[in-house]
Amino acid sequence: MRTTGPEGSVTSDVPEAGPRAEEPRKLEARLTDADRFYRAFVAAGAGTTLVLITLIGLFLLNGAWPALKTSGLSFLTTLTWGPDGEPPKFGVAAMMFGTFVSAAVAMLITVPIAVCTALFINEYAPRAVRRSLTSLVDLMAAIPSLIFAIWGLFFLVPLLAPLEDWAVAQFHGWLPLAEASATGGSLFNAGLIIACMAIPITTSIIREVLAQAPRHECEGALALGGTRWGMISSVILPFGRSGIVGGSMLGLGRALGETLAATLILSIAFEIKPRILENGGITVASGIAIEFRDAQELGLSALMAAGLALFLVTFAINLLAALVVNRKPAGARA
Amino acid sequence: MTMPETKVLPNPRAPEGRQPASAPAAGPRGKVPPRRRPRAWRWTDLAEIAGALGASAALTWMIFGRLLPFRVMPIAYVLLAYVLFLPIYWFVIRDGQGATAAKDRLVTVLIATGALFAFAPIVFVVGYVVKRGAEVLRPNFFTETMQIVGPLSKATEGGALHSIIGTLEQLALATAIAVPLGLLTAVYLSEIQGPLARPVRLVADAMTALPSIVAGLFIFSIVIKPHIWLQSGIVGSLALAILMLPTVTIAAEQVLHVVPGGLREAALALGAPYWRSVLMVVLPTARAGLSTAVILGMARVVGETAPVLMTTGGTTVMNVNPFSGHQDNLPLFVFTQIRSSQENQVDRAWAGALVLLAVVLLLFVLARIVGSASPGRRRLRVPRRRASRTTSDGGNPS
Repeated sequence: MRTTGPEGSVTSDVPEAGPRAEEPRKLEARLTDADRFYRAFVAAGAGTTLVLITLIGLFLLNGAWPALKTSGLSFLTTLTWGPDGEPPKFGVAAMMFGTFVSAAVAMLITVPIAVCTALFINEYAPRAVRRSLTSLVDLMAAIPSLIFAIWGLFFLVPLLAPLEDWAVAQFHGWLPLAEASATGGSLFNAGLIIACMAIPITTSIIREVLAQAPRHECEGALALGGTRWGMISSVILPFGRSGIVGGSMLGLGRALGETLAATLILSIAFEIKPRILENGGITVASGIAIEFRDAQELGLSALMAAGLALFLVTFAINLLAALVVNRKPAGARA
Repeated sequence: MTMPETKVLPNPRAPEGRQPASAPAAGPRGKVPPRRRPRAWRWTDLAEIAGALGASAALTWMIFGRLLPFRVMPIAYVLLAYVLFLPIYWFVIRDGQGATAAKDRLVTVLIATGALFAFAPIVFVVGYVVKRGAEVLRPNFFTETMQIVGPLSKATEGGALHSIIGTLEQLALATAIAVPLGLLTAVYLSEIQGPLARPVRLVADAMTALPSIVAGLFIFSIVIKPHIWLQSGIVGSLALAILMLPTVTIAAEQVLHVVPGGLREAALALGAPYWRSVLMVVLPTARAGLSTAVILGMARVVGETAPVLMTTGGTTVMNVNPFSGHQDNLPLFVFTQIRSSQENQVDRAWAGALVLLAVVLLLFVLARIVGSASPGRRRLRVPRRRASRTTSDGGNPS
């Protein structure tokens, strides 16, 4: 409200208080003793969390150190895993390869399906079922990975076995991906089941981001005569690009750390090969789950080094995803 | 606000019109065209789909049934029919409504297919677990242990009471460790915003990336390997608490952020010290959301297998003391039984999986009920209580 003006009746009393009202009254925030205690208590809680979490990182590094010192750079290039042998020979190369291949398979399946599902829920599904579909996705995200893993082992893999055998029979010889002596316990199947676990979380994040697309711009696109796909491709997808990338990366982080699907499905083999339909493979997480029981002093240290390597990768991916998701989307004006 | 270019245009369908709201002002003409509902289904749409489906089915039958000299799997029929359906449908729509509409319809079909692939797993997972589990789930599953059950006993013999007890105790302990810490941290992040806020938020975000097996390995190597505490329920709870802590912290912080700042300011303006404003105003307002955060954290860890695999030991006998001796829990029960080579043990694992699934669903539904109860209850209760308090305060001579 402006105080100047010819007919401003409100202006009359303001100038009187003028000179002193210029400088604001000093506000003193005094903390009582109880307040100080409260602040210290809460800060102590937060500090404990901070210390606890930092300790985990430090302990992992500390525990991994002997193994890293023993193996040096060959830790990244060696395929076999024999840290308790004489001489110790071990490396994370085969595990990392398996981790990345199964995660890549999972992401190739997850991302298109997740984007489609998010768009379907937001733009195509009738309003009445939209909420229930959203709940369903969240519910899927809550189902333990163990249940997905045993379901995959007993239902999905046998179901797909004839199809995979057929693909191998048809394409072997001229497509290295489809070369296989036996199918079933392959990195591809592990990735497939990991995809089932990664789809809900990815969908849930992407859906939330896409739902924030400015409604008036969507309606503008429709009002200009655009089809629904025109609206999606010109407004929603450009707006949600960062959300799609970020959500996919969070799903990738989960796919990389997934233990049970790989443990239950893969036939263990420490090797690097392009034949993803063939039995055999190992991931970092399943390697830890399988090897820890027999691990001696150096073996445990080597496992911690592998765990640390995995953690660093997932951490970097999560950090990147957080940066991408939190960045102001291109269309978010006003 | 002046917009000179809008007022000179008498034509309501002017493409330059800045304010679409003024376009319907064509009313005075008196002719209102019948309302078009672009999203509604017309019978021609259905006919187009049905026709395209029929055409693709017929073509598939011709290729596989008449032209190819060998038999193929039934699933190949479905795949080929779908692949043929897409171009046929596209041509049909393009003929009738143009290329743009055809593209739109094609994408609609593709998106719906993608969504189908996302929702199909849940139907099959839940259906399969229920089917396999119900075959062997008997009441004694909840009352017996595996103590006297041999590998050749029938799948319906024995039970998972020891695992269920273990799961409940470990979940309770993990919650008791992680929730107070997580809530305090969330209050710090959202209410105090002190110098630690940035690093705490950073490490909490980082921790959500911690693979669960690495959490188990960590606890295994600092607690069990140096014999500080042998494999037992509490050690498993520690590993679960590590996984739960960042989840609860981040969810609770988000909930606290939603509490309107006006409530805090009102409390402070009425003379409440900070701690009372948090304890009496902020936390009660966010109660429903906080409960949801806690329950979701519990749902996240109750099915975790990898960390407990390394930390609780696993056993077939009852052990109600989580602080000493090996303890079992439900995911571990399922995991060990399913890896057995005995058919009946594998069958028994599905009973465990069914119970585990039921527990998770229960927690999820609980979280939904608690979470969705929040706005209504808040709107109803807080003002009433505040009103009654002001009147009683006003009545009190002070």
